[in-house]
Amino acid sequence: MLENLSHLALQHYWWVIISLLGALFVFLTFVQGGQTLIYTIGKTEGEKTLLLNTLGRKWEFTFTTLVTFGGAFFASFPLFYATSFGGAYWVWLLILVAFIIQAVSYEFRKKPANFLGAKTYEIFLVINGVAGTILIGTAVGTFFNGAEFILNDMNQVLWQNSARGLEAVLNIHNVALGATVFFLARTLGLLYFIYTIDDETIVNRSRKRLIYCALPFLVVFLFFVIFLFLKDGFAVNSETGVISVEPYKYWNNLIQMPLALVIFLLGVVGVLWGIITVLFRNRDNGFLFAGPGAVLTVFVLFILAGFNNTSFYPSLSDMQSSLTIQNASSSRFTLVVMSYVSLIIPFVFAYIYYFWRAMNRKKITDEEMNNESHVY
Amino acid sequence: MIELADLSLVSWSRAQFALTAMYHWLFVPLTLGITFIIAFMETIYVRTGNEEWKRMTKFWMTLFGINFAIGVATGIILEFEFGTNWSAYSWFVGDIFGAPLAIEGMLAFFMESTFIAIMFFGWNKVSKKVHLLATWLTAVGANLSALWILVANGWMQDPVGMFFNPDTARNEMQNFWEVLFSQVAVDKWLHTTSSGFVLASIFVIGISSWFLLKKREVSLAKKSILVAAVFGLISSIYLVGTGDSSAKSVAVTQPMKLAAMEGLYNGEEGTGLVAIGLLKDANTDRSSEPLSNFYVKMEIPKFLSFLAFADWNAFVPGINDLLEGNEEQGIMAATEKIERGKVAIRKLSEFKEAKKNGNEAIARALRDELTSEQFKEEYFSYFGYGYFTDVKDLIPNIPLTFYSFHIMVALGFLFVALFALSLFLLLKKDITRWRWFLRFAVLAIPLAYIASMSGWVVAEVGRQPWVVQDLMPTMAGVTRISSGSVKLTFWLFVVLFTILLIAELKIMFRQIKIGPKH
Repeated sequence: MLENLSHLALQHYWWVIISLLGALFVFLTFVQGGQTLIYTIGKTEGEKTLLLNTLGRKWEFTFTTLVTFGGAFFASFPLFYATSFGGAYWVWLLILVAFIIQAVSYEFRKKPANFLGAKTYEIFLVINGVAGTILIGTAVGTFFNGAEFILNDMNQVLWQNSARGLEAVLNIHNVALGATVFFLARTLGLLYFIYTIDDETIVNRSRKRLIYCALPFLVVFLFFVIFLFLKDGFAVNSETGVISVEPYKYWNNLIQMPLALVIFLLGVVGVLWGIITVLFRNRDNGFLFAGPGAVLTVFVLFILAGFNNTSFYPSLSDMQSSLTIQNASSSRFTLVVMSYVSLIIPFVFAYIYYFWRAMNRKKITDEEMNNESHVY
Repeated sequence: MIELADLSLVSWSRAQFALTAMYHWLFVPLTLGITFIIAFMETIYVRTGNEEWKRMTKFWMTLFGINFAIGVATGIILEFEFGTNWSAYSWFVGDIFGAPLAIEGMLAFFMESTFIAIMFFGWNKVSKKVHLLATWLTAVGANLSALWILVANGWMQDPVGMFFNPDTARNEMQNFWEVLFSQVAVDKWLHTTSSGFVLASIFVIGISSWFLLKKREVSLAKKSILVAAVFGLISSIYLVGTGDSSAKSVAVTQPMKLAAMEGLYNGEEGTGLVAIGLLKDANTDRSSEPLSNFYVKMEIPKFLSFLAFADWNAFVPGINDLLEGNEEQGIMAATEKIERGKVAIRKLSEFKEAKKNGNEAIARALRDELTSEQFKEEYFSYFGYGYFTDVKDLIPNIPLTFYSFHIMVALGFLFVALFALSLFLLLKKDITRWRWFLRFAVLAIPLAYIASMSGWVVAEVGRQPWVVQDLMPTMAGVTRISSGSVKLTFWLFVVLFTILLIAELKIMFRQIKIGPKH
């Protein structure tokens, strides 16, 4: 069945999976966003414990999605994996350190004799929340703005900037995406608190705080999107593989792919409705709209970066070294094998959804924290 | 062509990978095994309804949670380090290596992370049976996670199921099942996971023995020892079997590694197995006669030949045979391999040049030649040798490989005895009165970690200088970056992981001291 698909079709299929994983990851950074708010929303130890426990039961999903995103990129577009990770060394290393310190913090924070003290682990979580989101957003910004690398005839990466990836922060558009992910994560974090915690003080405080996260999010998001649609992009000739600059490339992509446009608009409306319904209609389920809305929006941004004959990782040093879903992908055979394995993804989603619901059926309460045998 | 990095960069990149891999491996084996032990305990609880088994399950689960968190923390770095520090390698093998890694993420990691949350927080949220299912699936998920990364590692030791594509300058997968079910990959998975079962069993027996020494939680400790000793005994016997099978694979696919494991310089028919030995300066004396590389050694006659080839009189090649060749035994000299490797590299270079200059006819002819079966067999299989000039660079670190191997094997047999004795004392005697044994069981915990780590040293140091056996030397796989940057991140990880390890150990010791909750 899948053997009959062309290499190009498989490359597109895998870009869709990468986009979906990337979108899910950005949505799941509500954990990171929530971590940056533990001192703002949690004023007492009990409140902080509630916040960290509702987040702590989900941190592994975010982490696992990031790992799977990396693994799937390695498998389907290994040239990107080799080029970006090997090239933008410092950016990725800093991101990794931010996630290393997160992984232990939940488990170690409340444990006796934890060596560094609870406060240190809380600070680790805040660092992970701030640096993790901003750096990843900024790194993904290079999908649209390019990076300084050359590939030799053995596809070995030769990075052209000694800052090894940190130079991405000099581009305002990259930083805008970093800030967008950061404020989106905080907005989603607040919506998650409101949705899952049964504690009036925390919920009221989160509602009040929401506008201060949602507004900056909307401002930087709009800036990022308008900038994106007005800027030049890197187009690839599907016959020759030659890369060239095309004005309004990403806007053209959106218009030329009407389905992407519809999904994008649905996503944006979802996020806005999630915020509005909490802010102005006093509901507590905004997370259920804003979460999927974020997934759809980010999914389309990835699609715009790679579909419609676009280079998803442009080289600013040698345009013809730019990566496209055609020249960076695995062989057809490997993509077929992995595509068979990917058929299990709906099943994975189904059991995650089922068990997530089972675990979140009742809101988390202070009482539960006192009775539960495993508390973060 | 692949530009070779300077030695300092290669050394620091290797040091960083070794550091992160070893820190990661401090935590993984316990996870692999203790999840099953917990699942056994919870199964007994669900079947009998005896609350003591639930208390026991929760106690070991707490220790598992502490260990798991730091295992995850040290694991993420490894996955991305392939890209950050070994990008040339990542491209060269990505078409094969990436697939298991992606499958691992999709299948195993999500399974593990979904069900681990239920295991820890679901006691009051899902039914007893669903909770038990979640515990079992966490154990299965953890061990499946190990499968895919070990398949990838197995492929690096014995690259099969692929062909070299000159256009993309990389290896591409041709047969997924050959990659998945290669003997080396299967052995590696079985040997590694069963070593985790053994380590976890010793961990449980050791800590339970400590409780018995302190005269605390006697009933709980005895029950824990019973579960762990049964699981450990079966696993350790299995571990010896998979170790034997691994050695047979090594004899065929990596003869240099086998020679290093045994400190064997000059091969012979009916080679003995060194049981105990003290090496002389093993790296230099290439012309030495057998025995003279040891100050002292005790040998089991003909046993290595039997272990490696199931034939008491089989010829086992030594390091000198592999370097200088042995016509009688049909072993090609390393210098010849280097020459052939250089031919393969030169042809590929000419092909790239012709393609760049638009000489289609020449490029086509060279492509045909490069992809022909004959060229593959006679030249391309030695591709990696073309990067070497001195044959001595083909020898791995012999003392490190030799001692690690012997420590691992000796401890492996000791653990079989430990499990058998635990069961005997528990079932036939009053184990609480055998205090020397209880003390020994506590001491066995660090020994289990030493054995486990030694196993990886044998596997990874013994296969040097290759990152992909015969095809890509380690020095060619490294990312081109200043060695200063890698040095900096190396020390960053030393500090970070050491701090986290200290925290982990302190928390773990305290939790053990506190004991199971009442």
